[in-house]
Amino acid sequence: MNWTDNDSHIILVGILCAVACALPGCFLLLRRMSMMGDAISHAVLPGLALAFLISGTRTSWTIFVGAAVAGVLTAVFTQWISRYGKVERGAAMGIVFTTLFAIGLLLIERGAGNVDLDAKCVLYGSLELTPLHLITFFDTFLVPRAAVVVGGALIVNLIIIALFYKELTLASFDPALADTQGFRPRLMHYLLMTMVAITTVAAFEAVGSIIVIAMLIVPPATAFLITKRLPILLALSTIFAMSAAVLGHLSSHALPTLLGIPETTSSGMMATAAGIIFLMFWLGGPEGLIRQRFGKRPLLQPDFKS
Amino acid sequence: MWVASIVFDNLLETLLLSSYNTRLVVLGTTLLGTAAGLIGSFLLLRKQSLLGDALSHATLPGIGIAFAVMTSLGFSGRNLPGLLAGATITGLLGVILVLAIRNTTRLKDDAAMGIVLSVFFGLGVAILGIVNKLPNQSAAGLESFIYGKTASMVFADFLLISATLIITTIVCLFILKELTLLCFDDSFASTQGFPVIILDILLMGLVTAVTVVGLQAVGLILIIAFLIIPATAARFWTHDLRKMLWLAALIGGISGWLGSSLSALLPDLPSGAIIVIAAASIFIVSMLLGPARGVLPRYQRHRTLKKKMGRQHLLRSTYEILENTQDTHPLRNLPIPIDKLRAHRYWSKGELKKLLRQARAEDHVERQPSGAIRLSESGFGEASRITRNHRLWELYLIKHADIAPSHVDRDADMVEHLLGAEMVHQLEAELETEDHTLASPHLIET
Repeated sequence: MNWTDNDSHIILVGILCAVACALPGCFLLLRRMSMMGDAISHAVLPGLALAFLISGTRTSWTIFVGAAVAGVLTAVFTQWISRYGKVERGAAMGIVFTTLFAIGLLLIERGAGNVDLDAKCVLYGSLELTPLHLITFFDTFLVPRAAVVVGGALIVNLIIIALFYKELTLASFDPALADTQGFRPRLMHYLLMTMVAITTVAAFEAVGSIIVIAMLIVPPATAFLITKRLPILLALSTIFAMSAAVLGHLSSHALPTLLGIPETTSSGMMATAAGIIFLMFWLGGPEGLIRQRFGKRPLLQPDFKS
Repeated sequence: MWVASIVFDNLLETLLLSSYNTRLVVLGTTLLGTAAGLIGSFLLLRKQSLLGDALSHATLPGIGIAFAVMTSLGFSGRNLPGLLAGATITGLLGVILVLAIRNTTRLKDDAAMGIVLSVFFGLGVAILGIVNKLPNQSAAGLESFIYGKTASMVFADFLLISATLIITTIVCLFILKELTLLCFDDSFASTQGFPVIILDILLMGLVTAVTVVGLQAVGLILIIAFLIIPATAARFWTHDLRKMLWLAALIGGISGWLGSSLSALLPDLPSGAIIVIAAASIFIVSMLLGPARGVLPRYQRHRTLKKKMGRQHLLRSTYEILENTQDTHPLRNLPIPIDKLRAHRYWSKGELKKLLRQARAEDHVERQPSGAIRLSESGFGEASRITRNHRLWELYLIKHADIAPSHVDRDADMVEHLLGAEMVHQLEAELETEDHTLASPHLIET
């Protein structure tokens, strides 16, 4: 393949997006709410539609706010249903996001039928198109607009995690203890949900929802197979997310060409690459299937020395 | 006036299924809702509701691959059975991977589902990206798998849906006992020699069948809603599994029927969305009003219990104060200062005021001059009965239940409210053979 500026831009956006998603994804994983990214990326539709219908424009700010509000509401409704209705959280999430998605479809169909807003163009940005919207940054660098949006989300996430690291950790591992220590675990829950909602919305508006959902879940899950310590979990999932972005883009162009078939979308292949990295560690990692099946068992060594 | 008559004619036409196409769509979605409600109940009880989500996304690469394979072999790429076969294969593969990840790593269900969902969907998008650029055939129609094409359901689709419904129902009824055991206590099932993994895969096979069929009929999001919402709504109405299965199937059927009829009746309403919203409305009503687990009935029960406990605490405290202040036997019903009563259980002023108001309304307590109260005739009887029950419990717990005497008072307080009259008689008979005095164990402790 011929390396062009486009490729660097796509990889830059891909890496920023992957890391911005992987960081909050670690906390989602610890709270067993990994499916939240998927739920939010579907549930923002009514927010987008309403923001559009009310403001009448497609400027990114109104759309962004509408979507982010809908994303946070998804988390709130899920929490309500599972708390007051005593419904298992996965089911509550499923109810909320399918219903919101349906309402969004309805709004778009009824309210914006003859305007150029359809579910697909709203829901799926495209990584391939990011190099088309370039802006100058600090008067010198020409970077894709998406890189600025996603990079902004990444910086916000980094700041929030740095500021509330202790609180987020405690609230993820032991909400009851956090409560008794006065750390407001519910506040932390909603902070995390807001973080996920903003990241999801910012990223998929720029690059499409597939990367977002995959990067929220797969790199943290891969890192979780290797370590039991949170700082290492965060670091490793950042590395895996970056590798998946780079490998995904390369393979989307190189792999099909080798097989003599057309090139394909980078975002799909980035998700696939993340999956392949997971598969490698699932099979060959320190607690991997191969070790489980054929390795020695270090546990329960009797200690007879006195 | 004529608008109304047109709407009315349409209404009759739709509800009575007189138009052929409408009839197919309405019947098809109703049947699909019924099947999905039934299967979804097991998913809900197995705490894997979102598996439908993972599964429906995991079918995408199968559809793409099937399309590519059929095209390269020279067939039409849009051959429905071929596409469905592809979808089924990768869907099942995805589900098996979810189970495998869950069983062999420290990762939980949600992560396992998320991994399969996102990676398979990404792979599917990548494959469709390639397929779209292949010469000869355009893969444009494949998108209907994501959004569904409810309104254009044809007779073949209808037959497929009916067959799936019948098969899943029969299989479900055949292995109802095993599935029940699997959902409620899988470790027990496994110790009893039931093949838990095979049962799990069988259940997932049923889910896959419903999902794949539903996917092409009503789309990816709607089929997820069909698998989750009716079952969850039914759970609010009953604690009985069989009743819940019936109800879930019914709710699924009703929302399918209602949604597709409405969307046929009014122009520009996407049927998939309307069906989901119909199901969600039923869910909201169920969550609020369902007698078994609904929010309002539960709140009502909670309030009733709280009231009962408050009454019992008040009467027993009064009785205990009477006992402490006089030595005579039988006990005389004397007035008691409210302050003394308050100190006895450390009530706050507001709490005690509320309790007393309630007790006066129930005619258990009479107000006396200078800040005192006195038990009424019926209140006195009730108070001695409650105190007696309480002490019976305490003695029972000490003598029979190996519970440390220092913990008895608290336990007795809580359990007493659940005691029926019959149980009390039984205890009395048991205890009076050993011990005739009803001394409070607080004395025994010292």
